[in-house]
Formats: sequence, structure tokens, C-alpha cells
Amino acid sequence: MTNQDWPLWEVFIRAKNGLDHKHVGSLHAADAQMAIENARDVYTRRSEGVSIWVVESKYITASSPDQKDSLFDPADDKVYRHPTFYHLPDEVKHI
Amino acid sequence: MTQFPDGYFNYLLRLGDNALILGQRLSKWCGHGPVLEQDIALTNIALDLVGQARSVLAYAGEIEGRGRSEDDLAYFRNAQEFYNVLLVEQPNEHWGHTIVRQFLFDAFHYYLLQELTHSQDAQLKAMAEKSLKEVTYHLRFSSEWMIRLGDGTDLSHQKMQDAINELWMYSGELCTPDALDTAMLEADLGANLQRIKPLYDSKVAEVLREATLSTPAQTWMQQGGKQGRHTEYLDYILAEMQQVQRAMPGLNW
Repeated sequence: MTNQDWPLWEVFIRAKNGLDHKHVGSLHAADAQMAIENARDVYTRRSEGVSIWVVESKYITASSPDQKDSLFDPADDKVYRHPTFYHLPDEVKHI
Repeated sequence: MTQFPDGYFNYLLRLGDNALILGQRLSKWCGHGPVLEQDIALTNIALDLVGQARSVLAYAGEIEGRGRSEDDLAYFRNAQEFYNVLLVEQPNEHWGHTIVRQFLFDAFHYYLLQELTHSQDAQLKAMAEKSLKEVTYHLRFSSEWMIRLGDGTDLSHQKMQDAINELWMYSGELCTPDALDTAMLEADLGANLQRIKPLYDSKVAEVLREATLSTPAQTWMQQGGKQGRHTEYLDYILAEMQQVQRAMPGLNW
């Protein structure tokens, strides 16, 4: 029994109700049930979460680093997409 | 403090020693698990058990009233003063063997703690309620692995069947009440082992069936752990566990 026989899973933990599931890492497991149990033991030992999602890594489609220029650079010179041109009264907090 | 009947101290030692000795056994897997994830899982269980042992032994020390701490009880008793069941002191062998031992104990431990949540001793009741959450997961974990390996490959199936055949004779002691069990039940403090027995048997049968393993034939059941008569293994466990405190009593780190 080695890790090579088991597929890789990505683990997402919700820290508390109302928050999003956040990616915390990956692990090996034979199936989804085992992945949840392994995630519980590996990633929630210190009360990090209230909910776990696992997804087999192969089902994640990722953007290619090569396309970084065409995907993301065009946004850099479009400052008007940021809401930075409004004057906020001092009383308004947490913006 | 409320007056508790004679023997309650020993009864608590049984509970604490089961957790302590199994926790010590499982700790040996730390760094040696078949894969990283299971290594962590088993070590978590070991830590749960040692934690349970600490609170029960600390409380036992209070009940005894001779000023002995949890450490005194863990490190300065000899084998014949330990009252854990024989099952928990059996060697780890291979992963599957450890899982079978764990499952046979977890199923018992789960129903035992359920019973103890009805204890008239509020302190024991509270400890049982806390431990029950942990043990519910232990049982889920070991059942899952019983099924995976029993219903796995021909080789894993054979190894699991051999392990259950070997360990079966230590399962009888778990639900067999002796005079102390009966006395503590009558005092509304302890668990009703006769009520646990059918629940335990059907849980074990259910998981074995799903794991495609056969229940071993009726055999002579070993007993004596609860009375302090142990297998050859306990002395070695204690030698390892106690050597530092025996050599340098009271040492802290």
C-alpha cells in the first residue's frame, strides 16, 4: 500500500458558518469517504473547521501560467474598475 | 466529598488503564503508519486515549484520597496493579492487526461510555460524555478500515481474518461482569455490561459481515486483566513507559 496507488484530493475547509470554504491543502485517499476522514485528521486537529469539502485534484481545471499576460495584465491599467473615485464620509467605516 | 463505595477507585483504574495502555500501544505507530494520513489518524486516536486516561486517573487519585496524582498512578504502579483488559495490551503486529484490536475495543468502549453517561457520579458522567464524542469517531474509523481491508484484496482479507482469529479470545472479557462490575452497577455508578453484551455482539457481527470476515468459532475466552492478571506483554509496555520516571522520579520537561 503506497500513496502512489491513491489519487490526490484537494481539501477545502469552512472555518465557521457564514464563511466560504477555503483551500487548505491536499492529501491522498482511496475514495471520497476516506478523503473526508483523512482531511478531518490532517487539517482539523486544531479546531480549524466546521465543514469539509474534498474534490479529486484531477477534476480541477486550472488556468495556465503561460497565459498570465493575456488573462490578467489587461486589468492592470483599468483603474476605473476600482471604486476609488468616490469620496466617503468619515462616518462610514469598514469599507 | 460524597462517599463512594469501596472498590470505586479500582473501578476507575480499569477505565483509565484501558485508555492509557491502548494509547501507549498506538503511540508506537507514530512515524510508522503505512501512509502519512493514517499515521496522523492513529496518533490522534492515541492522544485522545491518553487524554481520557489522564482525566480518569487524576480523578481516581482524588477518590483514593492518598494524594496520588495521575502521574503517580501511571508511572509508579506495577503490572499486577493495572486493571486494563487483556485486549489493549496485545502487540501492534501489522496495520490490519492493530485495526482489528482497535475495532474490538472501540465497539466495547462506545457502548461502555454510553452506559456511563447514566452514572450517578456527575464527574464520571461528564467525563463519559466528553469521551463518547471522541470514541464515536474512533469506532467509525476502525469500522471503516475493517471493511476496507476485510473486503479488500485476497491478501488483506486473509491477514484480517488471521488477526481476528488471533484476537478473538481477548474479546470475551470485555462484556463479562465480575463482582466489582456488579457492585458498581448496584451502586448506580458503573456500567451494565450485560446490557452492553448484545449490542456489542451485534455491532461486531454487522461490521464483520460487511467486511466479508467470518466470526471465529466459539473458543476459550481469556480473562484476568480486570483483576490484575496480565499477559506477558504488559510488563514490557510498562518498562518502556515508566523507565524515565522510575530512573528520575518527578522529572519534568
